[in-house]
Order: sequence, then structure tokens, then C-alpha cells
Amino acid sequence: MQKLRSIAELERLRSRILRRRNGTKKYVSVCGGTGCHAYKCQDVASALEGEIRRQDMGSRVELKVTGCHGFCERGPLVVIYPEETFYQRVSPADAVEIVSRTVGKGEVIERLLYVDPQKNRVARSEAEVPFYRKQQRIVFGKNGLIDPTNIEDYIAMGGYTALPKALFEMDPEGIIEEIKESGLRGRGGAGFPTYQKWQTCRSAPSRDGVRYVICNADEGDPGAYMDRSLLEGNPHAILEGMIIGARAIDAHDGYVYVRMEYPLAVKNLGVALDQARQYGLLGQNILGSGFDFDIKISRGGGAFICGESTALMASLEGHIGEPRQKHIHTALKGLYGRPTNLNNVETWANVPVIISRGAKWYSKIGTEGSKGTKIFSLVGKVHNTGLVEVPMGITLREMVYDIGGGMRNGKKLKAIQTGGPSGGCIPESLIDLPVDFDELTKAGSMMGSGGMIVMDEGTCMVDMARYFTKFLTEESCGKCVPCREGLDRMLDMLTDITEGRGSEGDLDLLEELGGVIKEASLCGLGGTAPNPLLSTIRYFRDEYEAHVVHKHCPAGVCKALITYSVDEAKCTGCRVCARECPEGAISGEKKKLHVIDPAKCIKCGLCRDLCKFDAILVSWERWEYD
Amino acid sequence: MIELTIDGTKVRAAPGTTVLEAAREMGIVIPTLCYYPGLSSYGECRVCLVEMVKGRGRSSLEASCALPVEQGQVILTSSAKVKKARRVVVELLLASCPSSKTLQCMASNMGINQVRFKIKPRECILCGRCVRYCKEQMRSGGIGFTGRGTARRVTTAFGHTPEECRNCGGCQWICPVCERACTADSLVNGLCGGCQNLAHVETCEICTGCSESVGAHGHTVY
Repeated sequence: MQKLRSIAELERLRSRILRRRNGTKKYVSVCGGTGCHAYKCQDVASALEGEIRRQDMGSRVELKVTGCHGFCERGPLVVIYPEETFYQRVSPADAVEIVSRTVGKGEVIERLLYVDPQKNRVARSEAEVPFYRKQQRIVFGKNGLIDPTNIEDYIAMGGYTALPKALFEMDPEGIIEEIKESGLRGRGGAGFPTYQKWQTCRSAPSRDGVRYVICNADEGDPGAYMDRSLLEGNPHAILEGMIIGARAIDAHDGYVYVRMEYPLAVKNLGVALDQARQYGLLGQNILGSGFDFDIKISRGGGAFICGESTALMASLEGHIGEPRQKHIHTALKGLYGRPTNLNNVETWANVPVIISRGAKWYSKIGTEGSKGTKIFSLVGKVHNTGLVEVPMGITLREMVYDIGGGMRNGKKLKAIQTGGPSGGCIPESLIDLPVDFDELTKAGSMMGSGGMIVMDEGTCMVDMARYFTKFLTEESCGKCVPCREGLDRMLDMLTDITEGRGSEGDLDLLEELGGVIKEASLCGLGGTAPNPLLSTIRYFRDEYEAHVVHKHCPAGVCKALITYSVDEAKCTGCRVCARECPEGAISGEKKKLHVIDPAKCIKCGLCRDLCKFDAILVSWERWEYD
Repeated sequence: MIELTIDGTKVRAAPGTTVLEAAREMGIVIPTLCYYPGLSSYGECRVCLVEMVKGRGRSSLEASCALPVEQGQVILTSSAKVKKARRVVVELLLASCPSSKTLQCMASNMGINQVRFKIKPRECILCGRCVRYCKEQMRSGGIGFTGRGTARRVTTAFGHTPEECRNCGGCQWICPVCERACTADSLVNGLCGGCQNLAHVETCEICTGCSESVGAHGHTVY
């Protein structure tokens, strides 16, 4: 491939690719995201490939292993274009039928279609699946359509149309102005206006004129993986965004700081970089514009703290990844002491969309203060989990009930944790809260990178706060006292409470300690670390008091505070619990009352889940009963 | 020169000075542990916190040792917010290093009468003064931090005495905390309480709080 030296050459290439594919040819897209990999999608893909060869369909259909489609709950996913026939939970054994019937004859295989459990309706295409219906996938949508290891796929889908516009039609100030008008705010969590960062970085003095742009792909929140999926599935969108950003800031060197734990993302990104260089979209004199820019990959060791901007840059320079005081912003003095602009993966992926479709169009999506869309990873106790891209301002109710398909096992919604480990909990009473940067902050939580964990009544909020505090204690770099010692003591107290050693006054002390950690810590990790604790105390104080004062766990989670017993009136003596108890703690003859031996019981709750007659009681139910 | 307001008084400071230096110039006492003149500021111990007023009722706590002076800055060094935060921080420090005389004195000066957190003696507050001294003043770099979070500690590479170490003893000399042991026999609630019982002396009328031992009731002489 010869380097592209002008827009005309790029456009010629694009029309050549489109002509070659002439639009009508079918293709089968197999989701190759990490989620579907866990479901062995590679076996499905190779079965399909073999079948296409065997049935000699190679000329009529093309197989594509794409990035994550988002609906990870129902993987492995297969979509057949152009009909957009959507198959879920596909196994390698289905390959024969898919190729002969759907690809060959255009028939639909009913058993592989998605059935909406709520309305019992069958969805034939992606658009009919309720999970996708309320989404607006302007950034994430291309993931299911392109092979991330083939730059021509991205170009065919209209990729690299924003870049020539930014290089030839707009001046750097114009680009920044466009981003300003679009209202784009940082998707990493803090929601800082992107244009302001770019502006500061552009006008900051640099002793030798060197400036850097960095893509922050050090995504570490438990249960959040939108950055990974973007990098794996559509790396060129991020590269295109970074080139445009570099042009606006006048930087010639870029880095992508990505976790070592994301091997597929690192691999696909590396392939994308090589191809972009080959095609002359990176390197010297990009598309003949005279603008030079190149990107290096820097692999992080997996410390959560390295997602913080100053820690990330320290790590990139080869120092210990720990933050410094940010009185001088990294936009003025960042990597190697030069002005540096750091944006999150998703922010970068939004840039080409804004440039090619215009700030006016973009700013119509979203709310007054938060424009555009946001990708969330919707996980927890809902039917449909996966990655969803929704316009800002969508309510939590729509997220949980429309996209998420409602709560599992008919249980009641209790709270939603947003913003990852350092976000907060939003109680069920605020279910109509619109999701944007400012509303979430007001409710005591935050947008964060977009984790959204839905919890039902079987979740203990104290235990949840303890879990996240434990994560943050382990991930604190240990530099400043409030975060290192404060979080450690907070964890001690929370552990005591969940194990029945809580004492009166603990809650006030926890609140005081949380307030000080929030205010006095050096960086954002400590500054947000008490959020899980503080927000749960704010909304679920009675649950804490139940643990501290009455020594019982209303959700039945904290093992030290619960005992199981058998309801004499309901037990039918069916022996199911006795048979399945892993410790053999349940005794009783057939059709006679069973008894749980508290000395042997490990409180796993299996008997309670198995009992069809609701005959297993947890301690407080027993008290109410007696 | 840069003009700023510290505790209601307008002061002028040279660009590049820190709020801590400007305040000390005025005679205002701000306790410090990880700060040492001549070493780079690190901002670890958080006992030098001051309140930076940002207007519209908003303010933030900042480590004054690392906060550069800025035109029009409004700083409060002993507001209720500052005092509360410093007290919790010193309590946390005492909980990890209860036998330090420096910390015990600091606690008694702040009127702390109980350590409410679990005491887990580590005997090092990880202020990094020794690490910076070794690197910046002795140009050696023989010691450094390892580990993350509560597992963090100061050590030599792989636990061996490195070639770079000249046995200068600087690391011991500059340690603010652990090398000065409290001589009290027993600790009650994590505190020795000894210093609090010392007699108070009348302070002079123009007291500027020149020593670090400003008690809750004025100056004391040990």
C-alpha cells in the first residue's frame, strides 16, 4: 500500500473499497469482544468460516470478527448483514444452519432469535431488541460493523472523513471552537470541558515547543469496560480523534497509556497504528498537509492510581506511578515538563464524530450541561447486561427497565451504583433522576467512567461499601496520609460493623473521617474514595443502624449477623436442602421437619435459594415469626 | 511581587514562594512534618493544610507547603475546617506511629485527647524526607519507596545496602518522627498525655507563636 498524500487519494481509496464491496454482498459479523471470547466466540467464528468454505459461499459472503457489540449478556452474538438478522447464544453447531439457511436462502432461524422476556416478543434484527432500541450509538455503533484489524473497514464506514476536514478546512482555533460549541466534556469521569483543556495546552508556553497528547486507556473500575471495547473494536476512531486533537494543540507526539491486562486492546491498537502509518495517516506530512504526528503505546502495569493524570504521566516517564499536587495543571506542565493534553478513550472517540457531523448536530443530543452520548456498562441484577450508549439525560428508570429489561428473579430494585468504585449509590427513590454529570454529582454520586451496577434487595449496602472501600484501600498509592491511613481505618471499621463488632458512635466517626479524606487527600482517588460510604450512609442509614445497634443484616448478606433456620409450618420434608447442603448441616427424614445445625452451617444460603416452599428463614425473619 | 491575603492580612510575596513560606514570614505557625527547607515539597503528611477560599461559598483544603502563592489568593490557616482536618490527620498519624515524640507533642498542641482509630504501629509516617534528602542533597538515591497503599515502606533496593550509600546518617538525622521516641511509660487512648500536663507560662503580649509548641492555651515551655 502506497502512502496517501492528499485528500483526493484518500477519497479515491474510499470509493475503490466501496466499489469492490459494492454494498450488496452479505457479511456475517461475529462479536469478537472479550465478553464473547469468554463464551468461545472464536470457535463459532472458525465453524462459520469452515462452513462458508465447505458450502462454497466465499464469493457471496464475508466473515468478519468485529469488536464488542455491547449485548454481552447474550453472547456469542452473530449478526448477518444487510438484513441485520440478529442471533444470540450461538454455538459452533449452529454454523451449518446459519450458512445454509440464513446466508444461502435468506431464512431466519427462529430458535437463535432474541425473545423479549417481558413481552414475549421475538426480535428479528438488532433494532427490534429492546436492549438496543433506546440507545443512540454514535460512537459505539460502528463496533459491530468493522473488523478492527482492517483499516479499510473503518474507511469504508466513513472513517477518516473528519481528519481531512480538520487538516485542510479548519485552523487549530477553529477545531477548538467547534469542540467548544459541541459542549463535549471529559468522559473519564470528572466532566471537565474538553475545549478548555485543549485551549490551555495550546497557549501554554513550552521551552522547546514540544507538546504531548495522551489517551488515557488505564481503565480500572471493577465492572466497567467501555474503553477496552472501544480500543478493541474501533481503534481508528481513537487515533483519528487524537490526530485532530494534536493538530488543534500543535503536538507532534502522542501516547496511548493502556493497561497490560487488556491484551486484545493492545494488539488491535498496535495493528491499527501500523496500518495508519502505512496509509500515511500517521507519521510525517499526514495526507500532504505538512502536519507530522505519531503515536506510541505505553503499557501500564495495572495500578488503578495510574488512571490519575499526574500518576499516569509519572508512570509513563518511568517513575513510580503516584500523583503529585496539581497546582500547576498538566495542560501547562505535564509529561517531561511540557504542556500535555490527556483525554479519556471515549472523549477521543467522540472528536471525529463532532468534527465530521458538526458541533450543532452534536450539541442537540443530551442536556443543557452535558452534551452528547455516554457509554455505560450496565451490570448487576438486570436481565440485559452489557455496554450501552445513551444520550445524556436519559433517566435511570429507562436504563434499568427499558434497556436493562427490568430486575432479575422478580426482585425489587434497591439502589444503583454509578461511577465505579469511587462513585456513589443512588437509591430506588431517585429512579427518575436524569443521568448527566451535574445531576449525578448533586445526588452524591458521579458519572465516573460510566460503570452502572444495579442492585436488588438482596444486596447489603454496608457490605457493598466495605467491598469498594477494600478495593480502594488496596489501590491507594499510599503517598498521602488521609488516603493511606484513613481508608485503611475506614475499612477496619466497616469490617467490624459487618461482623457485628460495630459500636455506637461509629457512624458519626465514619462520616467525619470520610469528610476529611474527601477534603484533605492529595488526588482524586482519595478525594472520591469515601463516596461509597458517604452516599450509603446518606440514603441507607437505617441499614447501618440495624448492623450497629441491632446486630443484624436486613439483606441477609453479612454472615456473622445471620443464622438460618427452618420454618416448621412450611417445611414439607422434601429433602432437597438436606441433599444439596455442601456441609451436610441439614438433617431430617423424608416428609418430616428438617433441622439446620448452626455449628456446621456456613451460611451460604443455598438452602434458601433451593427451597420451593420459602421454608428457610434468616434470623430476623425468625424473630418476626416468633 | 504577588499580593495575597492570609488570615485577613494582606501580604506580598515573591513569585515562586509557597503559601507556607509566606505565612511563616508573617509569624503564623503552620505545623509541618514532611516539609523541610531545601528539599522539594512532597505534600504527603497533610498537617500543613490550609483553606483556600474560592468565592461563592466554596473553598478547598490544600497543602500549604506545595501551594504556590497567587495574586489575589485568600488563605485561612486556622479555620474550623482546617483544624478539624488537621486533627483527624494527626490522629491517623498517631494511630500508625504512636511512639513518636513529635506527633505526641503535636497532638497535645492541637488538644487531641483520644486516638479514635485502631492503632497499628508502623513506626514510620512515610513522609519521604529521608528519601528526598538522600536523593536531592546527598545526590545518592540509596533509599526509596516500595509497595503500594498500606504496604508502602522506605527501603533500599532489594533490601541490600547499595553502593550509593555513604553511611552519612542523613536519613536518620532528617527524620521528623520516628527517630524521636516519646519517653512516656504508657499510652492512654494512644496518647502519652505528658505534655498536656506541663505548666503554662504567660505569653508575651506580641506573641507571634514563634515555636512549634503552641499549646491550646498559649505558649508552654518544656
